[in-house]
Amino acid sequence: MTTLTAGEVEVTPPRRRTWGWTRGLGVSGWLSIGVLVLVLLLAVVGPLLASQDPNEGNLAQGFGAPSVEHWLGQDANGRDLLTRLVVGARTAVIGPLLVVVASTILGTVLALAAAWFGGWFDTAVARVVDAVFAFPGLLLAILATALFGAGLPAAVAALSIAYTPYMARIARSAALRERGMPYIAALRVQGIHGLSICVRHILPNIRTLVLANATISFGFALIDLAGLSFIGLGVQPPTADWGAMVGEGLAGILQRYPQESFYAGALIVATVAAANVLGDRLTTRSEGRS
Amino acid sequence: MTTTGEVILRVEGLSKSFPGRGRGHDVLAVDGVEFELAAGGSLGIVGESGSGKTTTARMLIGLERPTTGRILIEGVDHTTPARTARQWRERGRRIQIVFQDPYTSLDRHQTIGSCLSEAVSVHVRGRAGEVSDRVEELAALVGLDDRQLRAVPRALSGGQRQRVAIARALAAEPRILILDEAVSALDVSIQAQILNLLADIRERTGISYLFISHDLAVIRQITDDTLVMRHGRVVEHGPTPRVLDEPQHAYTRLLRSSVPRPGWTPESALAALSGADPTEDDA
Repeated sequence: MTTLTAGEVEVTPPRRRTWGWTRGLGVSGWLSIGVLVLVLLLAVVGPLLASQDPNEGNLAQGFGAPSVEHWLGQDANGRDLLTRLVVGARTAVIGPLLVVVASTILGTVLALAAAWFGGWFDTAVARVVDAVFAFPGLLLAILATALFGAGLPAAVAALSIAYTPYMARIARSAALRERGMPYIAALRVQGIHGLSICVRHILPNIRTLVLANATISFGFALIDLAGLSFIGLGVQPPTADWGAMVGEGLAGILQRYPQESFYAGALIVATVAAANVLGDRLTTRSEGRS
Repeated sequence: MTTTGEVILRVEGLSKSFPGRGRGHDVLAVDGVEFELAAGGSLGIVGESGSGKTTTARMLIGLERPTTGRILIEGVDHTTPARTARQWRERGRRIQIVFQDPYTSLDRHQTIGSCLSEAVSVHVRGRAGEVSDRVEELAALVGLDDRQLRAVPRALSGGQRQRVAIARALAAEPRILILDEAVSALDVSIQAQILNLLADIRERTGISYLFISHDLAVIRQITDDTLVMRHGRVVEHGPTPRVLDEPQHAYTRLLRSSVPRPGWTPESALAALSGADPTEDDA
């Protein structure tokens, strides 16, 4: 112990249990939160905001220029671009969100169980995780769409499985570190149930790291799903989706009309960058704390 | 300090070997340790780092499985570690432990009050009121106030945290409390406070202590009997004043003369051995 305690008479201000959400995020962290909140808000209320039908177009007005009626112009089928971007936020966000939630829950539960039981169970989990690691997420997703048909459900399910090892590996090493701490031994000696120790003690102590990793995963999942939609295996037309719009806009690029791909791509980049920066800040913060 | 002569803990031929790295030989951490602890008594275990003190404690509490030997607590065999939470609970009502480092022995996300009531509610079956009464009782016993009960460990000093760890260990009302270097991480004035508190608790509850330390001054203050360990073996065992004042074993003499005093130099400590080589086991 290198720190000298000033003695027990020192006045210690009462501190309530804090989640510490706001500490140490910095400007970039807050900007990222702002971007992500905007995108999520768009995903929730976007379809309500749209005054036009995102799927109804006027073929005669294909590649229509920006106008009072169509602020960002129209796509090849004469559909309103702004409406499609706003409405597309929902499909663009809901897929990655499902992937993150599923892989985080699955990965964390596996990690806690592996760290708690140890022995052959831990070894088995580690081997399975290694095996799944060998498959790139996109490859698995393409395989799943080939088997179960193109569309979001198959892609989301495949990516959820592909993303689980990342969460499991990070959460397991953090959980193992906690598992070895004397406070866990003290709880066991008391006779507190293992499940209770995992949920009430280990989980809160690895929470920040899990959250940080989930945030980063969200960005990667969004890219992967947008990529799948781009090649036509994800969200199916005519549903508006950012990834699909990048693909649909390709034809326009050749006709000197890059707006559709550009706008949709910019939204994807901004969202992914925000998720990455925020995840990075959260990781740094969780490492900075004992 | 009433000892009725009833033996509450008996350890017979306790050994623990850990597998060596690679093709190396197994490491014998504890080798044939035997002792008895009287109900209400206080037994000290001294020795340098790596002498097997902590491994012995971990076997007694059930965190480590002995390779050979027996552990009898209140006449009941507790050699094998508990497996289920229920077994832990039963063992925990007989024997509890306070760990060395007060910074890692508390969950940093849990308030002190929640930590204590969690421990209490394992052992007290009753309404919520009973649990909170017992928490207050424990807090009063170790000298923690309401404000500290609402705090997280980070807001407390090392001494205060160790009080929490003691209170948590006492929640089960154990007959034996192992204190594994429990005051070693604290500075001297706080050490004295905690030692007084421990003496006070023993007086009031008749609990038995197994006090592990490398600090002879602390051992002298808190124990009746002392056991000196070296390389996993007991090299000297007897009433604390005799062991510390008239050590029979060269190693005990070295430990004793290693305590710095005015005019002390490392050379004088070695010279005091008068030729006996403490690195030789047979003395």
